[in-house]
Amino acid sequence: MSAPPSGPAPAASSSGLDPGRAARLAGEVARRDIRTRWMLSLPAIAIVTAAAAGPLLIVLVYSFLTPGPYGNVEWRFSPDAWINVVLQKDIFDDTWQWADAHLRIFWRSLELSFLTTALTLVLGVPTAWFIATRNERTRVVWLFLITIPFWTNLLIRTIAVMELIRNEGVINSALIGLGLIEQPIQMMFTDFAIALGMTYVYLPLMVLPVYASIEKLDFRLVEAGYDLYASRRKMFLRIILPLVKPGIIAGSILVFIPSLGAYVTPRVLGGGKNLMLGNLIELQFGQGRNWPLGAALAITLMAMVMVALLYYVHVTGRGRRWHG
Amino acid sequence: MSGWRNRGQPFSSRRIPGFAGIALATFALLYAPIAILVIYSFNAGLSIAIWEGFSLKWYVQAWNNEAVQEATLRSLGVASVAATVATLAATMAALATTRTRPFRGMTAIYTLINQPLMVPEIVTAVALLIFFAIIKVATGYTGIVYLVAAHTAFCIPFAYLPIRARLESMDLSLERAAADLYATPWMTFRRVTLPLLWPGIMAGFMLAFVISLDDVVITEFVKSAGQETLPTYMLGQIRRVMTPEVNAISTALLLAGVVFVTLFFALSRKR
Amino acid sequence: MHDMAVEARAVEARAVTKIFGSDDSAEVTALDDVTVSIRENEFFTLLGPSGCGKTTLLRLIAGFDHPTRGEIRLHGEDISHLPPYQRRVNTVFQSYALFPHMTVAENIAFGPEMLGQPRAEVARTVDEMLGLVRMEEFSARRPEQISGGQQQRVALARALAAHPRVLLLDEPLSALDLKLRKEMQIELKRLQHETGITFVFVTHDQEEALTMSDRIAVMNAGRILQIGAPREIYDHPAERFVANFIGESNLLRGELGVVTSATGTVTLSSGVTLSASVPDGAVRAGAGRTSGQTSGQTSSQTLVNVAIRPEHVQLAASPDAGTLSGRVENVVYFGTDTLYHLRLVTGEPFTVRMQNTRDGSPDARIGDTVGVSIRAGVAQVLQD
Repeated sequence: MSAPPSGPAPAASSSGLDPGRAARLAGEVARRDIRTRWMLSLPAIAIVTAAAAGPLLIVLVYSFLTPGPYGNVEWRFSPDAWINVVLQKDIFDDTWQWADAHLRIFWRSLELSFLTTALTLVLGVPTAWFIATRNERTRVVWLFLITIPFWTNLLIRTIAVMELIRNEGVINSALIGLGLIEQPIQMMFTDFAIALGMTYVYLPLMVLPVYASIEKLDFRLVEAGYDLYASRRKMFLRIILPLVKPGIIAGSILVFIPSLGAYVTPRVLGGGKNLMLGNLIELQFGQGRNWPLGAALAITLMAMVMVALLYYVHVTGRGRRWHG
Repeated sequence: MSGWRNRGQPFSSRRIPGFAGIALATFALLYAPIAILVIYSFNAGLSIAIWEGFSLKWYVQAWNNEAVQEATLRSLGVASVAATVATLAATMAALATTRTRPFRGMTAIYTLINQPLMVPEIVTAVALLIFFAIIKVATGYTGIVYLVAAHTAFCIPFAYLPIRARLESMDLSLERAAADLYATPWMTFRRVTLPLLWPGIMAGFMLAFVISLDDVVITEFVKSAGQETLPTYMLGQIRRVMTPEVNAISTALLLAGVVFVTLFFALSRKR
Repeated sequence: MHDMAVEARAVEARAVTKIFGSDDSAEVTALDDVTVSIRENEFFTLLGPSGCGKTTLLRLIAGFDHPTRGEIRLHGEDISHLPPYQRRVNTVFQSYALFPHMTVAENIAFGPEMLGQPRAEVARTVDEMLGLVRMEEFSARRPEQISGGQQQRVALARALAAHPRVLLLDEPLSALDLKLRKEMQIELKRLQHETGITFVFVTHDQEEALTMSDRIAVMNAGRILQIGAPREIYDHPAERFVANFIGESNLLRGELGVVTSATGTVTLSSGVTLSASVPDGAVRAGAGRTSGQTSGQTSSQTLVNVAIRPEHVQLAASPDAGTLSGRVENVVYFGTDTLYHLRLVTGEPFTVRMQNTRDGSPDARIGDTVGVSIRAGVAQVLQD
């Protein structure tokens, strides 16, 4: 350590030029800052861990236990729940067979989720386009009209659909009143009802991200395309669609994931017969009294959702790399 | 070229034939069921489909229904506590995870806080059912705290989003200026950061409140006997004969939701 | 002696180095061993291109960052690691950073309030500051309700209200249009004069620096290249960067001859010998080929760069009359003066700026061969 070359050397300065001290102080400040940040995050971390994320691990543990006779579990290891997800023991000859009921529900869940995604695409993309091409003042109003249902109670929106399509609902009453039919058309408790309901409740989830990407669209590019004698169809397929694709992918994922895990809409509109995965899981904790199977099914559903999410991250990540 | 012109409308690159029609039909489809639901809440008759004249009797009936009263108070109570605690925790977490160089664990905090958004509700509901069953057996306590804790947890990411957005758009040099003018870190927070963050905090609270008020799935699995909230009460009712009473309750709940969401938007846009 | 020297120094940076980024791969040295001392009551300017480290130095003085090595002193006291709120310095931010949720008066009152001044005194200070920047009528307005120039004045008043010992100004005029900028330059000078506070001013605008400062430190790539009064820096740039960043310069290669105190002879590549100012470090800079040193006289065979300002030379009456000669390649008329771009016989470019008087100054056209006359002492030998 050397004294400053010129000027006085009051007590305060003697250590000032020591590079180690400065570095130590800086390190100390940074560490204290990070400690404060962790402390501030602690309540949120604790609550989410205790009442959302942490219990998921218990679900995993329960999926490997033996079902108790009146629900709950016995603490004995058993892989049966996981086998039961796809296979079942024949009650007469004890041979393993495909669990047709489960597989049908898996298939129905996937089918209805894809169908819902497709329907929201058909309705949502033109709607998003329509909103994005309004002038600025009216655009806010249209956007607000899409957002309101998004934040209103999902159960109430499902009930609204139900009142429309019930046997004694508005549509059937009107048709009978007009003398067009004599017996009400059975729409409730069908796959159609579930797809219609899910399309209705998840539609805003498609419109909003697609709108966001159309809004960013540079319409000069579109004009340039027309300038080069592209037809409308070619224009849409070659220029607009690729540019809007990120929003369409985001919207599709946002619709597909809650559809796959839907519980309220199939329960209200599908009734007891047309189950989806969410209802099958619930059944194991209610009448089924097979908590381990319910746990295994829940983890299976979560894994399916994670696959969809990872696919999304993969696609958007690649897109980001392309655009620099 | 002439093909575009002879449609009688000036050419616009922003117009795609058919899109406006689908869009307007979509808006109609979106609002028709809600409109019908609201209209029949004023039906004098028993039916949810045959109009028998205007009446407020179903509102009166719902108002006087003790089960509805109880569920409403419980819903409001749970939403108030859960939204308040969630907003507080989310504000602190947002302050910790914004405007800093990424530090070890920051992504983990961020992912954890947003975790309830990524897992299907039914899975969280089942997880909480199992977890709380264990605690209920161990402690013998079956009170409302479980419901409040669950609601607080899934409200946190919703409260966190607008608060974080506002913090990120806030000019860092304002806090620097306060420190430069002799404000200690605490005074800087109280006099500059907090007043500027306040609309974001309120927006976060509104969102959390609405989300809590609307929840069905997790509540249905977590609630102990006799702990109905308004949505679970309604879910139970629609299995039976539907009367416009459900419509009346729905309409009231819709109105509350619209008010909160409108406030949320007003606050988010405030400079 | 020592005590007085300390007294006169408002701010000192001693061997300050600032490195950003802790992981080795992304380290950026923003300041590299910078030493500067700023005197009491002076208008001191840090001048340099963006990224030169001038704002970093200002932030170290304000306390928003801390030096990696070295120390910052305020009136002799080491403040390197004090937080900003414990330093009697205030900052005028480039973006003004006015608190949007407070009125003009509340903004100005903020500093004195935080210092714990009694209410009556705060009110008095606010009135005084509003008067100082002539914003009395706007005291109840919010920042978004006043113009950019007015916001600028409020930012100044807010920073001055806490009676700092040093005022730091971070490119405060860059957001204003030209006319307002000129007005604010005068206003700032007046305020500095009236308050007697030391101003440390950061700018990349050389004209702003020259017109306002008592002294200027020219910075580039994290180092201070030269410190001096505006005139000194303009007339005697020490390095090529300074010669080019502040005004324009013709640079010629030459061989340094005999040096006596601050002047010496330089033989240019065309064979012409000039007398030129030689800065202290110039000979040492080329020390590799210095043959010997005897009592203030240096005789050497050192190659140096020589800077000559275009407006310090003139076109000669005839091609043979001047010190240099060259062909006119381009003529640019500016109204007050005319620029002649020449190509010297050695192939080097050379520019002459002639004032447009109406009494028969020599008129040259493209393609003409002209002479350039250079007075003694106009040429400046550079350190690099």
